[in-house]
Amino acid sequence: MDYNTLLQILDTAVRFATPLLFACLAGLYSERSGVFDIGLEGKMLIAAMCAGAVAALSGSAWLGLLAGIGGALVFALIHGVTSITFRGNQLISGVALNFLASGLTVLVAQRLFQQGGRTPPISGEARFNPITLPFAEEARQIPLIGPFYAEVISGHAILVYLAFASVALTWWALYRTRFGLRLRAVGENPAAVDTAGISVTRLRFTALLITGVLCGLAGAYMATALQAGFGKEMTAGRGYIALAALIFAKWRPIAAMWACLLFGFFQALALRPDVVEWMVRVKVPVPFLDALPYMLTVFVLAGFVGKAIPPRAGGEPYVKER
Amino acid sequence: MAADLVEGRPAAAAPFAIELKGISKAFGPVQANKDINFAVPKGTIHGIIGENGAGKSTLMSILYGFYKADAGQILINGQLTAIPDSQAAIRAGIGMVFQHFKLVQNFSVLENVVLGAEDGALLGPSLRKARAELQRLSREYELDVDPDALIEDLSVGHQQRVEILKALYRQADILILDEPTGVLTPAEADHLFRILHGLKAQGKTIILITHKLREIMEATDHVSVMRRGTMVATVKTAETGPEALAELMVGRKVLLEVEKPPARPGEVVLDLQDLRVKDEHGVERLKGVSLQIRAGEILGIAGVAGNGQSELLAALGGMMKATGTALLNGAPLPLSGRGADGQSRRHAGIAHVPEDRQHYGLILDFTAWENVAFGYADDPKYQANALFLSNEALRADTARKMETFDVRPPDPWLAAKNFSGGNQQKLVVAREFEQNPKLLLVGQPTRGVDIGAIEFIHNQLIALRDAGAAILLVSVELDEIMSLSDRIAVMFDGRIMGTRDPATTDERELGLMMAGMTAKGEAA
Repeated sequence: MDYNTLLQILDTAVRFATPLLFACLAGLYSERSGVFDIGLEGKMLIAAMCAGAVAALSGSAWLGLLAGIGGALVFALIHGVTSITFRGNQLISGVALNFLASGLTVLVAQRLFQQGGRTPPISGEARFNPITLPFAEEARQIPLIGPFYAEVISGHAILVYLAFASVALTWWALYRTRFGLRLRAVGENPAAVDTAGISVTRLRFTALLITGVLCGLAGAYMATALQAGFGKEMTAGRGYIALAALIFAKWRPIAAMWACLLFGFFQALALRPDVVEWMVRVKVPVPFLDALPYMLTVFVLAGFVGKAIPPRAGGEPYVKER
Repeated sequence: MAADLVEGRPAAAAPFAIELKGISKAFGPVQANKDINFAVPKGTIHGIIGENGAGKSTLMSILYGFYKADAGQILINGQLTAIPDSQAAIRAGIGMVFQHFKLVQNFSVLENVVLGAEDGALLGPSLRKARAELQRLSREYELDVDPDALIEDLSVGHQQRVEILKALYRQADILILDEPTGVLTPAEADHLFRILHGLKAQGKTIILITHKLREIMEATDHVSVMRRGTMVATVKTAETGPEALAELMVGRKVLLEVEKPPARPGEVVLDLQDLRVKDEHGVERLKGVSLQIRAGEILGIAGVAGNGQSELLAALGGMMKATGTALLNGAPLPLSGRGADGQSRRHAGIAHVPEDRQHYGLILDFTAWENVAFGYADDPKYQANALFLSNEALRADTARKMETFDVRPPDPWLAAKNFSGGNQQKLVVAREFEQNPKLLLVGQPTRGVDIGAIEFIHNQLIALRDAGAAILLVSVELDEIMSLSDRIAVMFDGRIMGTRDPATTDERELGLMMAGMTAKGEAA
């Protein structure tokens, strides 16, 4: 395998890692606040459909993005109302939302476009197109770093850069701001937050709204940047992989980025059976390669990562004592 | 407003820090607080005592903004103050140290102190300010804790100091402490009271909720007694005594000292040699415990919670594997493998009142008669025929036990969770004591049990001893150990530090041993 092939795979890995990263950070906010969110998948899916449909109808990727965020926010709010306001079971609420998204997206897309639950292919302004960073072409002359900059760093949709910026922003918010302190506290011991005179409910809803926005970005990226339009079940379990990455990263933003890049790398590798064959000297069936990221998820969740301690109050509705 | 209270106290200061007028609060049909009137003079320590369910916690929750009173007024420093939420209570200068600490375990001391009292959206400046402020407070009040230590690494005594620091950092002028000494060693408790006196000297007002009459007598200036939602009396501490207070609390005369005839120890029932227990992480929790208990005597195990007492009970009760040798009436008692389970222990004549009755003693959703059957359902007297249990026999037996042990209400059909803590404990005690065990294991027999029920359970323990049972009593309440035991063994770090005769030892000596020091004061 030559350097160029590696760069191509890394470039694809970054693209594949982006929706995982958005979803993973989305889960981070929710779970750090003490609300488990297995519904990342559903939120991504509804966002992808909203974004794809609005982009197709309006011809604007940005309007599509807004619609995607809107759709995911509605789902996040439903999750908030069931699991925070009415103290319902967070897993059941999340699973129900996943089913709802799975059915609703196809239904609406079919009703709107009559194309078997797909949106029409979109192009041009309706998509987020790759942007070339300054000096990308000139930099190619520099050995090693130059091509890396031109191939892997440059040439992505704006949302990719936003995803990586969100990692830094999340780290900063989590560890350097008042909001972050309270967010971390409410997921560990909501009673401590409550007795300090802060509303647990408001804090958790705020976290869920951020989760909604980030899931919206994840879904919109799927439909209007990674691919050209919404397709049935297009998220294909990425919400769950993002959850696995979150556990892998032990609920920390920087580690989450590396975890998502790793999962993205495996997804990218699955597209290059020739490279895999060269690496292991055995012809590996393509379906096996496709399954690789999912198998990795199983290994991760089976405790391969060692002891991952979730936020202590996670999954528990907060009921004021005495 | 909070700042005014601290810095520029008005010249004509109101005499009372807190004054409650006609506070009432009902939860459905239950009147938790009925027309409560009381006032706490500034700069004093005011005790509140009462049995469980007397309404102390409800009253304090109203003061801290957790509940809204149905009627009545709250005056803080002579000013009518509404307290709709905890934020308002904090603004009014009220700080609360809960019985169960409200700390974030994996945060540093500094982060816990700052949480909710940040100065701006960014953390940096708040943390810097808090660090300086903590240094000042710890110098002033003996409240030294490492600001960068994680809460989970601190002892409970230090965690409690963090709670006090939290309140002081929020410029609390009135400090409410709910059962503050329940989890402390005697030395830590002494330190706490020194801190409280220091705070009082600085003009802070302190409300101390406790059920320990000795602490009330030692630490407070005034004391209010609550019974069934009403404030039955407020008296100067110097003008009352423990017996009078206990009578006010319960509404009848209570014997505080357990009356017990001298023990007449018989044969050795339990002989333990070199008992060792490892927990699920492979950490050794019992490091070679050897002891003997004779028929007709109570061996009390004193110690701060977490020094191996629980593992001792669990190993003997068949809940944990152990190594070493154990003889019960001269016959070997298996410590692991076959015959080392709870059921075999029961057949061997060992009864166990576990420390945590809600997790190990009862199934809370099951009825009283089902709970009384647990562990003993194979008793021949409960069998209807070869296949079926006789529920009627069980219910009749339960009704009889409930009467003997004064369980209220005496309804075998009531779910265990619907009994008060004291009556739940009486249910467990009734089940285990009535087996006439050769060896009785008792953990924390009166934790969360009110004073009337404590008296009852203590008397039952003595009666069982005089009937010839060997009793192993584990309790974190030193008073209980001292008054019930015929011999006291002190545990520290998985070992027995020594055995003392209650007649010739005192709390100071036991306290030192509980902290891992020998009587002469050197570390073991």
